[in-house]
Amino acid sequence: MSEVLVVVEATREFGVKKVTLEMLTLARELGTPSAVVLGGAGAAEALSAKLGEYGAAKIYAAEGEEIDGYLVAPKATVLADLVKRVQPAAVLLASSQEGKEIAARLAVKLDNGILTDVVALEADGTATQVAFAGSTIVKSKVTKGLPLVTVRANSLTPAPAPATPAVEQLTVTVGDADKLAKVVERVAEQKGTRPELTEASVVVSGGRGVGNADNFKLVEELADLLGGAVGASRAAVDSGYYPHQFQVGQTGKTVSPQLYVALGISGAIQHRAGMQTSKTIVAVNKDSEAPIFELADYGVVGDLNKVVPQAAEEIRKRR
Amino acid sequence: MNIVVLVKQVPDSGADRNLRADDNTVDRGSANNVINEMDEYAIEEALNIRDAHGGEVTILTMGPDRATESIRKALSMGPDKAVHVVDDALHGSCAVATSKVLAAALGQLNADLVICGAESTDGRVQVLPHMIAERLGVAALTGARKLTVDGSALTVERQTEEGYEVVTASTPAVVSVWDTINEPRYPSFKGIMAAKKKPVQTLSLADLGVAPTEVGFDGATSTVLEHTKRPPRSGGTKVTDEGDGGVKLVEFLATEKFV
Repeated sequence: MSEVLVVVEATREFGVKKVTLEMLTLARELGTPSAVVLGGAGAAEALSAKLGEYGAAKIYAAEGEEIDGYLVAPKATVLADLVKRVQPAAVLLASSQEGKEIAARLAVKLDNGILTDVVALEADGTATQVAFAGSTIVKSKVTKGLPLVTVRANSLTPAPAPATPAVEQLTVTVGDADKLAKVVERVAEQKGTRPELTEASVVVSGGRGVGNADNFKLVEELADLLGGAVGASRAAVDSGYYPHQFQVGQTGKTVSPQLYVALGISGAIQHRAGMQTSKTIVAVNKDSEAPIFELADYGVVGDLNKVVPQAAEEIRKRR
Repeated sequence: MNIVVLVKQVPDSGADRNLRADDNTVDRGSANNVINEMDEYAIEEALNIRDAHGGEVTILTMGPDRATESIRKALSMGPDKAVHVVDDALHGSCAVATSKVLAAALGQLNADLVICGAESTDGRVQVLPHMIAERLGVAALTGARKLTVDGSALTVERQTEEGYEVVTASTPAVVSVWDTINEPRYPSFKGIMAAKKKPVQTLSLADLGVAPTEVGFDGATSTVLEHTKRPPRSGGTKVTDEGDGGVKLVEFLATEKFV
């Protein structure tokens, strides 16, 4: 079976991201997955066990300052060289900002079509995408070149299929044109131990109804009890209650968790656009006419300052 | 500094949006078409840089005739002039072809700095800035929440999942911005009146030296096979808190096996 390249997305703290495991699982349906690690020195070594567990038959690694010290461009160059050499059946990247950006440059370099926000991919290259904030399902296909797709997190359930990958170090030849945007500093902001917003299976979000920044601790407490990530509506972010990187909505992150809990969120289109493909939606809002209740599988009309602490207490009791 | 802002006209994200049944493209005919919201932040940023450092701001739009409305709206915020790439053959163009056309237009405009929104609200594809930079051989600083200009030196704070990255480059460069970067101004009455007189140059594919076969449906690198509307969600159970709302909520979560 021919190779399918899966470009690994990982974080320094938590290692291989879930979307990578989803891509490896998907790649096994299309051919033999080869993971591609593009990162700092020693990156592949730290990730190889996990990649093997999910079926990577091979790992290509391009590592070092030449790759990691600049924005996106060197990664695309290395990947383009690899694609030309191994002629894979498909190339999968995460539908994150960086994944899309690497894919963008690859598409131009290879004069190849590109499909983003893909949630399913068939062996004949037919991709399923969600468009217009999840309101439209699109089936599409790359018609020039190989299937180059970016896969949305939480599209499928990763399944292990242990393999023992051989690691091949790629020779990195990156020209000056790829070193125009230099990363001089990487700054981690508050995050703690919570799962990442776009990958979490549970997301608990707060809106303007939370009332103030301090009160977001109610949202965080419930998120922690459910093992979830914390999100915020644009209204809450604009009011300064919570940082922008946690914004869910049309401008912000799109999430598709198993459970979405909306606290004090009215459910404006801006917000719905980022969460309405969630599997189960639960809402607490004091306004019984709030549009969020039109989406919610279970809604409580009430004061979140009373309902949420009681819910938290009840969860603790049940443990 | 010669700044070009990329502006896209999109169907209003606050209303129902559809793909056309006949050719699977975005239905613009029935939609309320507006400036892509994120592009307003790009315009604001360009105006601030012009005001601080001097120079000129040009709006660049690729789109059908009716995109003129959005170009005038953009000009009413304060840019100096606009270039509208319009050609019947462009209908149905994919992202790869669009980047080719925009790069060709930018090649004629000699921009020191190209600023655009980080994504459009219709496609949300996020690929154009890097595609254009790749074609022009210039730096791309994308996903900026802060941009600092010091002579030809550019520094951005790029929003990431974990926090942010500080990324530097020299002009010429492409910068894409998020809506955290500034607060766009509302056009003044004076601005709206002035916009009517500002020059808008139209360019065809022939003007850009791009063959019609390289764009539109003929030149597309991907195709939509079919599309369907997802059935709207319907609300489920709604209860009013009578002192036990939190308990009831958890009971529901327990039946769904979340607790």
